[in-house]
Parts: sequence; structure tokens; C-alpha cells
Amino acid sequence: MDLHLSDAQPTAEERGAVDAVLGEPESGWDGGRRDAARDGHVALGGGAHAAEARRHLLLPALQALQRAAGWISEGGLTYVCARLTVPPAEAWGVATFYGLLATEQRPRRMLHVCDDIACRTRGSRAVVEALEREVGPACHGGCEGVSGHDGSGPGGWLPSPCLGLCDQAPAALLTVAGPRPFERLVGAVTPVDAVALVKGRAVVPERSRPLLPQRGDPSLWLLGRVGVVDPTDLAAYEASGGYRALRRALAKGPEAVLREILASRLVGRGGAAFPALRKWEAVARQIEHPHYVICNADESEPGSFKDRVLLEEDPFNIVEAMTIAGFAVGAERGFVYLRGEYPLAAARMEHAIAAAREARYLGRDVLGAEIAFDIEIRRGSGAYVCGEETAIFNSIEGLRGEPRNKPPFPADAGLWGKPTLVNNVETLASVPLIVLNGGANFASTGTGDSTGTKLFCLSGAVERPGVYEVPFGTTLRAVLDLAGAPPPAAAAKDGRGLVAVLLGGAAGTFVRGDATDFPLTFEGARAAGATLGAGVVMAFDHTADLTDVLLRIAAFFRDESCGQCVPCRVGTVRQEEALHRLAAGKPLGTAAAELALLEEIGTAMKDASICGLGQTASFAVESAIRLGLFGGGKGGRKARGRTAR
Amino acid sequence: MTVAIETGKTVALTVDGAAVTVPEGSTVLDACRAAGRDIPTLCFLETLHPVNVCRVCVVEVEGSRVLVPSCSRAAAPGMKVRTDTPRVRHSRKMVLEFLASSVDLSTAPRVAEWLAEYGCRPERYGPEASAAEADERDRAVAGHHAAPGDGARATVAQPVKVDNDLYVRDYGKCILCYKCVEACGADHQNTFAIAVAGRGFGARISTELAVPLPDSACVYCGNCIAVCPTGALMFKTERDRRDAGTWDESRQHVTQTICPYCGVGCTLELRVQDNEIVRVTSPLDHSISHGNLCIKGRFGWRFVENRAAGRHADD
Repeated sequence: MDLHLSDAQPTAEERGAVDAVLGEPESGWDGGRRDAARDGHVALGGGAHAAEARRHLLLPALQALQRAAGWISEGGLTYVCARLTVPPAEAWGVATFYGLLATEQRPRRMLHVCDDIACRTRGSRAVVEALEREVGPACHGGCEGVSGHDGSGPGGWLPSPCLGLCDQAPAALLTVAGPRPFERLVGAVTPVDAVALVKGRAVVPERSRPLLPQRGDPSLWLLGRVGVVDPTDLAAYEASGGYRALRRALAKGPEAVLREILASRLVGRGGAAFPALRKWEAVARQIEHPHYVICNADESEPGSFKDRVLLEEDPFNIVEAMTIAGFAVGAERGFVYLRGEYPLAAARMEHAIAAAREARYLGRDVLGAEIAFDIEIRRGSGAYVCGEETAIFNSIEGLRGEPRNKPPFPADAGLWGKPTLVNNVETLASVPLIVLNGGANFASTGTGDSTGTKLFCLSGAVERPGVYEVPFGTTLRAVLDLAGAPPPAAAAKDGRGLVAVLLGGAAGTFVRGDATDFPLTFEGARAAGATLGAGVVMAFDHTADLTDVLLRIAAFFRDESCGQCVPCRVGTVRQEEALHRLAAGKPLGTAAAELALLEEIGTAMKDASICGLGQTASFAVESAIRLGLFGGGKGGRKARGRTAR
Repeated sequence: MTVAIETGKTVALTVDGAAVTVPEGSTVLDACRAAGRDIPTLCFLETLHPVNVCRVCVVEVEGSRVLVPSCSRAAAPGMKVRTDTPRVRHSRKMVLEFLASSVDLSTAPRVAEWLAEYGCRPERYGPEASAAEADERDRAVAGHHAAPGDGARATVAQPVKVDNDLYVRDYGKCILCYKCVEACGADHQNTFAIAVAGRGFGARISTELAVPLPDSACVYCGNCIAVCPTGALMFKTERDRRDAGTWDESRQHVTQTICPYCGVGCTLELRVQDNEIVRVTSPLDHSISHGNLCIKGRFGWRFVENRAAGRHADD
């Protein structure tokens, strides 16, 4: 390809960071030092096929620039393009797609402060206001008046969508670029902490262990090892039953594994509730090879943090599950697509994969069984839409993380157009115990259509936020009680108590605080006019400003739409605008007309959007309006009280 | 690009209840057209891979939970397609309304007709917000936007980009159909000077770092102009006349000729007004060019207009 590259040069630091990902350049043709004598005999970057085969390294290389310099400079971008034979316009399209990649210079020290729905009800406003007062406005780029571009002075801050630390709200993600880059999720951030973190005057607190109110309960399946078994110790994992399932799978063969998955009636836990076996079998039966296994660890649903807990606290279980999946569907390569906001989960998974490889649980010859399987981690960079399974493919392939139209489905044409199994972290986490204890045993817990146990992420107005594991069929009220949610406000004389619960996250639905006595199953939620989604249970009491929550949800979808299809790109904007007009009490025409308009917008997004993001972007809004939880609508019941500032 | 492999086999399906038979490899859109249905399209073009992003061509297919983009979905045996149900009409209306409420569609062929046909009222989204400053949208940061405050509706209005003598880019008219990116890239030109950048409503067509075209990889083939469905990309000659109010299609005629520059022999369509060439295209169904030209065929015709009557260049 005839690349048109600018003359901008990378700094030594940027060059080093990119070379650490891509290796040293081979010649002047691919960004190395010019050496006319030698370069005359070297093919251009190995040719077009070699360039195509390396395109998947684009995002990792851009991430390396971001970590090294705090942004993607023209010199850095040009160098990556020369190294990978990628047209700069395309690399620019990828770089500008992700929220955590900066294409204008920012301070090296950045605090990404969650101002999403869970943190909003737990004090993130005060954090943002303190930062605005003490540090200055949010720094999207350029950031005049904020020093720290060279890493010396104070840093900057940005508001962030949900960071998946809702059990320790309010949350923030600190990223410090430089030769020794640093990333850490910080929970329970006070305004004073936040200012100190941005100014670099605070010792960054170690992440506390996840709050796990059920720790040690012997009936736990998925959370059994969490907080009990050292997640960095393979021997401890083995001692707690780890890798027995893989041995059994290898002994019995792939068909036997598929039979157990069939018997388990396992349903995907990522939100779409698709029968797992249908995907496994479809990939296993494909004649076309190679096959791939992808663990969808891009958990970004506001209010969801269960996958983070599983990845951080029981990483070997995910590695083992992926290996079993690879064996069952005939894949030799697996990817963990892990959201960029989870540095600890990435480190733990990285470590687990390396340890498993060393112990020959991964590699060319898994446990001497002449089966090859290995796993790579790919980090996201701040894009909710990349949790959509086909967007994952594009993101890994080095393209913009835009979802693809289906069909073709991933089992037919997924990653690099090959049959691909994509499962959510929690879905995979169930696999070893299904193989070990039998699918029928798994299916004996739960209900007919929703088998096994389910993780729920409790946050908001509860005394003991955290991840809870309960058998399918437990009522919502029972789960709320486990976490110490208040009784319904409707029943209380003073109006205090639980007003509403958001089930399933931003793409989920609200239910009223006094209508929670239905079983948490896929079918039970459906009957109650709700959706389980990925298992978010966010409680709002009388102090919550639900109008503000709705506006934040609408802003979230506008921010996170990839922009590809018109219904979602413009629909999310029009939805947010209409809600703002209603909330301000300034509807165009009547409030009823605005509500009708919102319904029209929602219907088009549901019917005509390419992917699940647009198709669900109106769910929460519509359910809140239906239940009278949105303050602005005519006849709507304004949530009592407002969040104390 | 729809390349129906001639297998001789056919697919039988129904469109609005009427039986239709199309060659294997046809799309639902092909079948609808074969059945005489006039389905609106914006991001679709016969010579490009369908990206199915505008969603104006959606239809109902029995058994499908959501509406189906007819431009990209393969026609399958026994498929029951409905092109004019209330659900279909609603989504089409909303898509057209969303576009009309955010983009200047004044030079987009047929759109006015469709807006009327589907009863679109873009004004119901409020007054238009003020236009962006030059380059403001080029710097939009993914995942962040200013909250809507004053009750005005967001648009993509922005100053036109004029950075060369050959064509202008008026992204206030861009519906983000991806056609120019495809034509510049692997579908036609393989120059890759432009791509979609940013995300969500901030997404835009851009060169790297939004540099002006002369600093980009652009080779001025103008194949992006040829596929643009809204006039966002336009010959400077056309734009200047439109700005001056002297663009008058009733005084224009099209002359076909063969490009004189090289031996490929692309067919040129010269659009002429007042004895001046104002736009050059090539027919989409032309077996050699497929609508594409190079900089010489597209723009290299000024010599024809050398009005130094009767004189030779060396006089």
C-alpha cells in the first residue's frame, strides 16, 4: 500500500512503547532507521498480506502510545502507521473511537471520575464539584491552563461512564502515563481524595478486596473461591478443585462436554439470555477452520461489576473454562476482550494465563493430550458498544468497534470471518462445574427455563452493596433484603424507603419499589414487564433524584452510540433532548406530545438499529415513564426529595 | 459491491404477498425492485459493498424480531417480505426525520419527495442549535458531549471546508453513509485518504488529524463526489454557481464522450451549462469505470474551455 505519512517523528519514549508491542522494525520500510543498501533488498513491510495479518496490533499499539505519553501524538500515530502499514486516516478513525484514547494532549496524570447512575446517588456530584472548584474544568483535550503535559505538574480529570466499581461508589480510575505507566481503580473516593489524586499529592490507596457479603458460604457455586482462595496461586486453585473439570473433559471428549452443556440448559449471562449450547454446537459443527473462543469481559453496563469480581478473584476458573470451551468447539485460540477500565482484572488474568501456560494447562499440548489451546488478552479502551459481540471482532481486528449487521452470526462468520464462540465471563464461569458435576445437577438448581445460579450486582440504596449469588427463582425482594435494601416507600407513612429498582442496567428496566415480589428468572422478569439483563439490581430510595438518573442514562446512550446507524446515532440525541425539555418543564407543545414523541423515537430505535445498544437505548426511559418515575412528564410522579449536594 | 454469481439458480419469495423469483445471490432490495417496489435508499449504491447504516430501506421479514435492511440481506427461499407495513413506514419516517432534523438535505436528490411521502416533520424536534465553529466537530471527543441546555436540537451544521480548487466538503450536509470512505478505500480507489472518525453524534468523515485535503493522501480522483448522496461533496464549479445563484439545471445538458487522456477509455458525462462544463461523471453501469474516474478525467477539462478563440496555445 502506498502510505501517505506525515513527517512528524515519534519521541524516543513513544517509539520504545510501540516497539515493545510490535518488536523492533525490520528496515526503513516499516519505520526503522533508513539504510539504503539494506532497504533496497527488503520487501515493503513483508507485503500486503503480512500487513493485513498485523492489523490486529493497531489497538494495542495505540494503547501503548497512550500509556507512554498520555495521548496519541501525530508522531506516534505516524510511527504506528509506518510499522503496521495502516493508512493514517484509518488509524485516526480507530484512535478517535475510544474514550480512553486521547488524540489531543492531556496531562499525563488523569483521574476519570465516575458520574454514572450508581455513583451519582452516592456522592459523585460532590467529587465533580470539588474538582471543578479546586482543579478546573474537565480536561477533554488541549486543556489550556492545566499543566502536567510532561508529567511534572498536577493532572487533569474527566467525568466517566460507569467504571464497574458500583459496590464501592463513588469510583474513579487513575491513569498516569509515562515510562512506568500506572492505572488503578479507586473506590469510595471523597472530594478531598479526588483533588489530592489529581494533584499527585495522595498515596494511591490499594484496592480493597471486593465486598463479598456472602464470603465463605459453602453453597456458593460461582463465588465459592472469591475471597477464600488466593487468585494469584495456581496450586491453591488446584487444591480447591481447579482443573479437575478440564481433566474430565479431556478424558471424555468434546461430544461429552457438549452433552453436559445441553443437559445443563445453560443460558448466556451477558444480557441476551441466549441458550449457550446453540452457540457451542453451531461453532463445533462448522467445517470451516480455525475456530475461535472469545470471553466477553467488556462488562460496561452501568451498575454491573460481577465479571470484574470473577476476573479479579477467580481468574484461573475463567482460563480453565475457556480451555474446556476451546476443546469442545475445536478452537486453538482464545481471546479475553477485557474492558480498559479494569487494570487489576487484566493483571490477574495475565498472571493466570502465564501460570497456566507454564503448568501446561495452556499451550501446544494441553496436559499432554495433543490438544492445543492458548489465550490472549485484548484490552478495550473505553467503549461500551464493544461489549456487543460483533463489535468485539472489529475491535480485535484493529477496526473501529462498530457492530456488524447480523446475519451472518458469529458461529458462522465471527473473528476474521471464522466461526467464533463468544460467551460472557459469568457464562463461562459456570462451565467447569457443569462439566465436573454434570449438566443435570446444574439444571436441578433454578427453574425450568433459568437453570443454575445467577450473580446479581447490588448497588445504590442498599446497606451491603456487592455481588450476590442466588439460585434462579429467588425473588427480587429477597435479593434486595440480602443486601439490606429499605422497605418500599409506598408502604411507609413518611414516604421514606425504596422507590424504584433498576433491573439490568442502563439497557434494562425500572420496577417499582413495591412491586419486587417476582422471581428473578428470565421468564419471571419478562412476566413482570422487566428484564434481568446482566444482573444489575440498583436500588433507589426516596432521596434519589430519578429524573436526574434518567437524564444520565439518556446521556450515556448518546455518548456510547457508535454512530454507525441513523436510528441510534440521532435517536439517542433526540431522546436526550426531549427528556431535558420535559425535566426543565419546557416541553415543545404539551408534555403529552413529548411523551408520544419519546415513544416514537424509542420504537424506531428498537426496530431499525443495527445492534442491541440502539435496540435497548429507550428501555429504561420508557419503563420509568410508564411507572410514573420520571418527574417531568404530565401526570408523572416526581420522586420525592432530591439528592443532597 | 453486489456481485451475484451467475449460478443459474433462482430464489422464490414473496414481496407484499406477490410471488417474486430472483437470481440466487440477490438481495431483498433486488427482490423488492423486481416486484416493482420503490424502496428509498441513501447509503446503498450498486457499485459499493452495502454497509446498511442509514436504515431507510428497512422492510419487515416474517420471523425476524427487528426490521431488516433490504440492501444487504440476501433473499432466501420462502422469505415473506413486507415493504409497506405501519412498522416499516414508522421507521422510515423516523430515519428521514432524524436526518432532516440534523443535516442539511437541500441538495440531496429525492429526499424532499420522501420526506413528504412519509409525513416527516423535522421541526417537531425544536429550533436548530447554532452551527459549530470551523473544526469544532473535528475535535469532538468520544464519550463526551455538552448537555442539551436551551431546548434547541443538535445538528451537524458547520462551515464548509474549501481547501483546494477542485471540490468542496460541506459536512453540514453529510448523513455519514460511508460511501465516500468505501469509494476512497478498498471498494474503488485504494487511497484511504478518509475514514470515519469519532463516535456517536460526533462521528464524522475525516482525514488523519483532520488535516486539509492537500496534506492528506487524497489524489483528487473525485470518486467520493460521484457516490455522495447528498451533495456534501461537490465540484467547486457547481458549488460556486450554487452560491452565486447561477446553478440552473434547466439550462444544463449532458454530453457523453470518451476520456482522451489514456488508453483505458472511460466514458465521460460532461454536464454543461452556459457552454461551461460544471460537473463530470461516468456511468455507474459502465463496464470499465463503474462510475470511477481519475483526476484527469474528473477535473482535467479546463483546456476545453480555453476561450482564446481560434488561437493556438503557442500564439
